[in-house]
Amino acid sequence: MDNHIENQITQLSRLLPGSRGLVRSSALQGSMRRRLQDLGLVEGTLVRCLHQGPSGDPMAYDIRGAVIALRKEDAQHILIEREARPWQ
Amino acid sequence: MAIDAGLSAPVIALAGNPNVGKSTIFNSLTGMHQHTGNWPGKTVAGAEGRHFFGGREWRIVDLPGTYSISAHSVEEKIARDYLCFANPSAVIVVCDATCLERNLNLVLQIREITQNIVVCVNLLDEAAKKQIVLDLPQLSRLLGLPVVGASARAGRGIRELMEQAAFLSQETKEEETKAEKAKAEKTKRPLIPRLTYPKPIEKAISRLLPFLDGLAPALPRHWLALQLLDKDGSFLESLATEAALDIEALPELARQLDLLHSQLAQAGYDSCRLRDEITAAGVKEAEAIAAKVVRHIREDSHRRDRLIDNWITGRFTGMPLMLALLALVFWITIVGANYPSAALSSLFFTLENGLARLLSGFPSWLSSLLVEGVFRTLTWVVSVMLPPMAIFFPLFTLLEDAGYLPRVAFNLDHYFQKCGACGKQALTMAMGFGCNAAGVIGCRIIDSPRERLIAVLTNSLVPCNGRFPTLIAIITMFFTVNFSMSATGSLSLTILLTAFILLGILMTFLSSAFLSHTLLKGIPSSFALELPPYRRPQFHQVIIRSVFDRTLFVLGRALIAAAPAGLIIWLLANINAGSQTLLAHFTGFLDPAGRLMGLDGVILMAFILGFPANEIVVPLIIMTYGAGASLTEADSLLALKTLLLDNGWTWVTALCAMVFCLFHFPCATTFLTIKKETQSWRWALLAFFLPTAIGICFCLLINGFAHLFIL
Repeated sequence: MDNHIENQITQLSRLLPGSRGLVRSSALQGSMRRRLQDLGLVEGTLVRCLHQGPSGDPMAYDIRGAVIALRKEDAQHILIEREARPWQ
Repeated sequence: MAIDAGLSAPVIALAGNPNVGKSTIFNSLTGMHQHTGNWPGKTVAGAEGRHFFGGREWRIVDLPGTYSISAHSVEEKIARDYLCFANPSAVIVVCDATCLERNLNLVLQIREITQNIVVCVNLLDEAAKKQIVLDLPQLSRLLGLPVVGASARAGRGIRELMEQAAFLSQETKEEETKAEKAKAEKTKRPLIPRLTYPKPIEKAISRLLPFLDGLAPALPRHWLALQLLDKDGSFLESLATEAALDIEALPELARQLDLLHSQLAQAGYDSCRLRDEITAAGVKEAEAIAAKVVRHIREDSHRRDRLIDNWITGRFTGMPLMLALLALVFWITIVGANYPSAALSSLFFTLENGLARLLSGFPSWLSSLLVEGVFRTLTWVVSVMLPPMAIFFPLFTLLEDAGYLPRVAFNLDHYFQKCGACGKQALTMAMGFGCNAAGVIGCRIIDSPRERLIAVLTNSLVPCNGRFPTLIAIITMFFTVNFSMSATGSLSLTILLTAFILLGILMTFLSSAFLSHTLLKGIPSSFALELPPYRRPQFHQVIIRSVFDRTLFVLGRALIAAAPAGLIIWLLANINAGSQTLLAHFTGFLDPAGRLMGLDGVILMAFILGFPANEIVVPLIIMTYGAGASLTEADSLLALKTLLLDNGWTWVTALCAMVFCLFHFPCATTFLTIKKETQSWRWALLAFFLPTAIGICFCLLINGFAHLFIL
């Protein structure tokens, strides 16, 4: 398998339900940056996308065992490294 | 809530993430009935109660839930300031056993401020169901703090918790009396670990320490230094107000801070990285501890929750299910309320005759005031308003208890975002169904001040418990066949009522959008909402509590509001000015405006006099129309309809009355709450006129159309 494709860096908002990624960096500012860090979304955190809302936005993510809903607007500022899927 | 823990009985504060069962523990300690619910932000103001333990009295303070010591919202600021500046004897930090790692972050942060902590790992029963195993002795060793396991809803662990907290308070007191606190800590208790930060930060802290002598002495030095370096604006503000420590007034300290900041920046720690590292230290430590303490036997411990969420928040099922649930709740309310309503009406009718006979010896003005004023208003409230409330409220609480409300916020957030508002407004809107004043206070959970104001100003666009029974009564009288509670009758009633509620929700969205494009311009701020695990509601407790508490509350309020309003009406109807009574003058004055809106002067006056409590609007109308006349039929709704028809009501009048009931000024309690929450008469007045304007416009339109095309 080509790891370069699988381990690509992408926006958290692009993570599809069921897939996971490691948080690499956050371009969020101020209070939202701190808020998400307080929820455990710091560099190196493994995040799983769970499901989307009826209108596709916001999305629900598993962050350290808690389910947190984030808007695309905010999630796109967080860069993640998409996890390679074992079956691909 | 005033920050004050110095008086009399020792204080134990309950802290923790939102929705971990703090209120449940508070209730079982104090025997109070703080409203609990399965969604973040339930305890917005904090509550205080008393508990007897070990032969003495304790004050128990329930703090609003918070994820962190850095405050983002008003409610988090309350919790943070209390922990930092109120100096409670002991703090119980409540954690959710099913989500321990995230909860530990807050424990670690509070451990930096005070060492008198008992960690309560709550919801152990839920964890067992999800096959999550926790090693609590190990947790206690790693944290250096006493840990008590609990299942608060089943009452398990509460006593042990109190024992530990009492023991801690005792210990602290002894240390203080010896006045050798530092020494005692070293000898008596194992040193409680604290978080460590990267070297440059630790270095900066140690260089700041000499400048902090004598400043805010109640706070730990190391932690205070870190906060000063972090420059958290909200904390610095609290420091100035609560501990009289204003950095601007201390030039030496300010200079040293500048120096340290530039040194830190040279080492690669600009203010953003500095804050990242400070937060990450706690998160990483929590991760390390959780890894040694928590074991998931099943890999997908939360599988059931995910399955439910797939339906409840599903792309195609989320919205229809939401509508269906709303309609179902109304249907149960309508059908269920019908029987007690009818029974109560006939009972009161008998009572009224008895009462009238009993009072026949009194002066006629007194007996008619008591019977026609107070008694009839009360019986209306009890027989027509109370049954739907007593059914709706517990149903709603059950949904809330199960964890459904955050999902509603999740489903609706997209639309709120489109309107420039916050998805959490769905939660405060839902609270508004119970009581608009409660909904307005609930808006504290919204971080952005702009979005919070929008939520406050639009809250009364959904009908509270004091209003929707009126809607039910009017629909029953004018828009169903023979008032029958047959399958079709109750169904059409449900559909009409749901449609009205949806109209209220639609206007909430439109007004929110209007406000964020005009007076409260701005872009939607960011949004992070926790969807807590589903929990089986505590049926028994919810039903008993909400029926009982609600009944007493509604009766008390109706009594207080109805008696003076009844008196005013009676006086107006019996005092003559010129050839007419004052009442005729008053309603005559309002009549032209009322007629334009499809109503009449009496209805408008009833809404105005009903300002103290919406429940009494219809009884006021009846009282005014029926001044002198008596209701003679046992079936009160049929009698009422006859009375209304006799006074010129048509279906247009009924429709306009319903619309105006839905959209008019908030009640006095809500109005004053808005004033208090926004600290401005201007916003309170806007909240007064906005729904009123909407109501007037709708009524004018409906009336106009009806007269042009139909009548």
